[in-house]
Amino acid sequence: MRKIETVEESPELTLPVSERDHIQGPATAKLTLVEYGDYQCPYCGAAYPVVKRLQKTLGNQLRFVFRNFPLTQAHPYALVAAEAVEAAGLFEKFWPMHDVVYENQARLSPESLAVWAHQLGLDDDKLEMALARPEIAKRIKEDRFSGIRSGVNGTPTFFINGRRHDAPLDYASLLVALEQTLDK
Amino acid sequence: MTALKPGQPAPDFSLLSTPDQKVSLSEFRGRPVVLVFYPADWSPVCSDQLGLYNELLAEFAEFDAELLGISCDGVWCHIAFHKDRKLMIPLLSDFEPKGAVARLYGVYDEKSGESQRALFVIDADGIIRWSYVLPVGINPGADGLLKALEKLEPAKEAAHAKN
Repeated sequence: MRKIETVEESPELTLPVSERDHIQGPATAKLTLVEYGDYQCPYCGAAYPVVKRLQKTLGNQLRFVFRNFPLTQAHPYALVAAEAVEAAGLFEKFWPMHDVVYENQARLSPESLAVWAHQLGLDDDKLEMALARPEIAKRIKEDRFSGIRSGVNGTPTFFINGRRHDAPLDYASLLVALEQTLDK
Repeated sequence: MTALKPGQPAPDFSLLSTPDQKVSLSEFRGRPVVLVFYPADWSPVCSDQLGLYNELLAEFAEFDAELLGISCDGVWCHIAFHKDRKLMIPLLSDFEPKGAVARLYGVYDEKSGESQRALFVIDADGIIRWSYVLPVGINPGADGLLKALEKLEPAKEAAHAKN
């Protein structure tokens, strides 16, 4: 007979949330939800409205952080999308661009990224200049590396107060996990 | 059935990777090898364990490590899966006699008739240095695997220093 294995503890986030991160919600929030995501991944697309709803429900109790984990072999536009959103971030437009991409994920392409950037006030020159900045590639690489080291096992992977969330990603499951963490 | 443990020599095997091409473990002597046993092709997520490793080939290349996926699926099934997921990791077919290699490594699940999810890191001398049988339904990510490969590095550097 096979020995019943005890499930090991889920891995922990190796790079703590800090000023380097894109953060929504107050630093004093009791809950921090970190997502490692890919802009072309359909499961991340499905998780996007779930996160919005969680933010609405939990209000100031929740801090949300997004880090890049582009699966470039599976998704040809994942990296250009991450770069474009980070470029928008240099003009304080990270979250608006992030939202536009996920809300229009079905139409994601290099051309549509330029159009959406324009709509946020980034003309071609600005966008090109931003994309050429070395900190964009550096940040994406850092995000990805920290994800690999923290046990990211696909996209999206969520961490609740630093511990990987291994349960389902629907609204109810995530809310339960967050509320249980709050009670601890 | 108990999985082989670190310190034990990795049993050699020869399995089809395409309809007319066999891959043997001994071919890779001199380099680290990672054996990735998994239950079946076509798991219903887009970024599963194999897909993740496929994304991290650059990281594995830094250790000069060869990754081999092994399941009991037939070689034609592997070809279709390989193409569909754009995988670059060779997939070996442990099909006939079914699960023979999985049994050899102690990771065959008699109940489901599939291999368990299990990882073996084998060093350049063919010795198992790390093994991990995964809890059902959990995709481990790659951190444990990379840490195990890192631990091989000092040994390798020492060998280089001797030469």
